[in-house]
Amino acid sequence: MRTRDLYSSLGHDPYRWVRNDDSPPWTELVKPLRECRVGLVGSGGVYRAGQVAFHHRDDSSLRVIDTSVPVSELRTSHFAYDQTDARTDPNVVFPLDALHALAAEGVIGELSSRAYAFMGGIYSARRVRDVLAPEISRRLAEDQVDLALLVPV
Amino acid sequence: MGLIARRVEADGIPTTSLTSALSITRSVNPPRAAFLDYPLGHTAGKAKDPVLQREIVAAALATVDELEQPGAVKMLPHHWSRDDDWKREAMLNGDTRSHRSSSPEYQCEADRALAAAAGDCPTCIFL
Repeated sequence: MRTRDLYSSLGHDPYRWVRNDDSPPWTELVKPLRECRVGLVGSGGVYRAGQVAFHHRDDSSLRVIDTSVPVSELRTSHFAYDQTDARTDPNVVFPLDALHALAAEGVIGELSSRAYAFMGGIYSARRVRDVLAPEISRRLAEDQVDLALLVPV
Repeated sequence: MGLIARRVEADGIPTTSLTSALSITRSVNPPRAAFLDYPLGHTAGKAKDPVLQREIVAAALATVDELEQPGAVKMLPHHWSRDDDWKREAMLNGDTRSHRSSSPEYQCEADRALAAAAGDCPTCIFL
């Protein structure tokens, strides 16, 4: 309840995240992890130098990140968390190096050539559900990933 | 992100989510998750610690073999520090969120110039 308490203690209306009491959708992985193409989606507000940064008023836009990018070219722009460590090492919110290492070791088959980044904390659940989620899902399918790793902030 | 996990999974791609906000994850209820009890902004580990980051990401990915119950959350064993003082500090620090504005908030001014020089951004998807 830490997060809810924090918002209350600050005098904000409680951030009302969605409550789903049903059983979530479920898809079985059909091949071993070591053969899987893995996609990455992060909501730490990561962009690549040269891309447009996120703005801090309900920005629900997406950045496509080439996963061969040197991590030194990644930046963060996010309204809601202390970015000191993420700007020192973007891997803490967008773990490209770890995924490259796991691919090199053969733990996963490969890292997809494209990853996706946005700025979490979008207040409109409707916008996430009806616009952002289908767009990300469509792109992951187009990339033919077998498994998606989601890293929220 | 839980809403995205649910959509992607419903569309036929398995997902696993790393999370440092257990209450949100329990509420939004994604298909699979791994909980890391770290401060906000370190969902995949500590800065400049690639061994730890690899371990955390590997543990999250392993949930696809370990979790069989939709909505299950794997608790990762890692601790941010010896004590939980950081949790108290996070409360005391108050609201650190930035002001809401509709112009891009670049990490540094050089990025603004780079983006301007690049012109149209085909990899920026405005929804």
